[in-house]
Amino acid sequence: MYLTRLEEEMLAGEHGYAAQKAMEILVALGKIYGAERLIEIRSAQISGVSYANLGEEGLEFLLKLAEDGKVRVPTTLNPCGMDLEEWAEMGVPEDFADKQLKVIEAYLKLGIEPTLTCTPYLAGNIPGLGDHVAWSESSAVIYANSVLGARTNREGGPSALAAAIAGRTPLYGLHLDENRAPTMLIRAPRISSELEASALGYRVGRMLGSGVPFFKGLGAVSRDQLKALGAGLASSGGIALFHVEGITPEAHRYSGMHAEEEIEVTEKDLREEIELLSESLEDPDLIFIGCPHASIEELTELYLLLGGRRIGRRLWVFASRAVKAQAEKIGLLEKLEEIGVKVYCDTCPVVAPLRRLGVKTIITNSSKAAYYLRNIHGVRVQLKPLQELVEDAVR
Amino acid sequence: MRIVLEGRVIREGRAEGEALTTRQPISFYGGVDPETGRIIERGHELEGEVIADKILVFPYGKGSTVGSYILLRLRRRGLAPKAIVNQRCEPIIAVGAIIAEIPCVDEVDISLISRGDIVRVEGARVEVWKRRQSP
Repeated sequence: MYLTRLEEEMLAGEHGYAAQKAMEILVALGKIYGAERLIEIRSAQISGVSYANLGEEGLEFLLKLAEDGKVRVPTTLNPCGMDLEEWAEMGVPEDFADKQLKVIEAYLKLGIEPTLTCTPYLAGNIPGLGDHVAWSESSAVIYANSVLGARTNREGGPSALAAAIAGRTPLYGLHLDENRAPTMLIRAPRISSELEASALGYRVGRMLGSGVPFFKGLGAVSRDQLKALGAGLASSGGIALFHVEGITPEAHRYSGMHAEEEIEVTEKDLREEIELLSESLEDPDLIFIGCPHASIEELTELYLLLGGRRIGRRLWVFASRAVKAQAEKIGLLEKLEEIGVKVYCDTCPVVAPLRRLGVKTIITNSSKAAYYLRNIHGVRVQLKPLQELVEDAVR
Repeated sequence: MRIVLEGRVIREGRAEGEALTTRQPISFYGGVDPETGRIIERGHELEGEVIADKILVFPYGKGSTVGSYILLRLRRRGLAPKAIVNQRCEPIIAVGAIIAEIPCVDEVDISLISRGDIVRVEGARVEVWKRRQSP
């Protein structure tokens, strides 16, 4: 692989330990994927923030990097294991909180912005069409590629961090035009909720495993439905890019194309998919929305559906601090809190130490959340669209 | 009998030890217990085996990218394999080997290595002393 002089210096350790480790990782990845060279990036998004996943050793590694390392591009951070301001109220134990704060400090020292959200694109990290970036967090990766038209491979936490420190990433995969063309045409029914969008994504991801689906027939889909569709595709499959006819920015390039293969997904398929991930719950410990983190539109819709009724049980919303601040500015946050809705930031049920919070049963509207909550935390989950979930909350 | 294989260096280093081999991919996140170094994936052909101090031979990694950090945790606890030999290395294992400083080599025909063989990894070179076949 061709390296510039600066890149060779970094690899040789002339710019310190962190830059050297970063280059070792990038060169190894470039070698594995046959990249000719590295390409400079505009931004990075880092996963691997929850202390529950990093452990003591992951924390030590970050502290070591932070001794002499600094990111070279604007870099944002995935959610961690707790709300940084209200962790005690969430029920997060103090020993966990101490360790979690040390992790955040290490990232701050590296020059990373503590956005702590899986939706950096709703919190100021918004790459443009054709921009090369290095993002981790599969739902953010697929949104950046598909909805924004930026270019990133599906990085892991350490490889995205390496790219941020070196300011570059190996040039292969979705950075190249030839790998962004559709591999499968999907005829889909009209979508009417985030839950249906996430179930469609989950089903297609499971059927395809990998590749680039091109959706036809979805009708007018909202930004939040695209967010849910992508999160579903990326959690059941290794998919990092999709196109929607007439909607996503690169779709027109392929409108005349006839994919060799075609799959039809019906409304019945979507219902079956939801049943597969869902079980019937009478008395849930928690009802939540915000996987991926909720937008200001979703918070508004929630408020309108509640229509001023008081919440009868725990209803939590997970959102970025940026979106919570927007809600506060327009008076929406106060109205939601008045009727008992709790808006938490910086974390989500998937990365929080859920069992330690005493949560065993959950109702939500996200297929991605259902998949991870069941597999990682052993929690029982029921899936319902927002309109129905709201009715459970006021009962 | 001794055979010499030539692979591709993912993480430079040298190590020698007994081979623990599988034809199935390994997921380190959820599939290996970071407290004990034991493979815990249900139904895996190495389920219950401890990977510590072995030359771990498997086709490639799978699962979540958090797996890289699990390799680091294993290394810091003295529970990591001495070296990793892959058919085709992918990013989870490559990144894990680099941050945990575990010698790693790929593009090796792993079907030539059996469980219990003595393996010496030295950069891209993999020397294998075949265990005597029992009659």
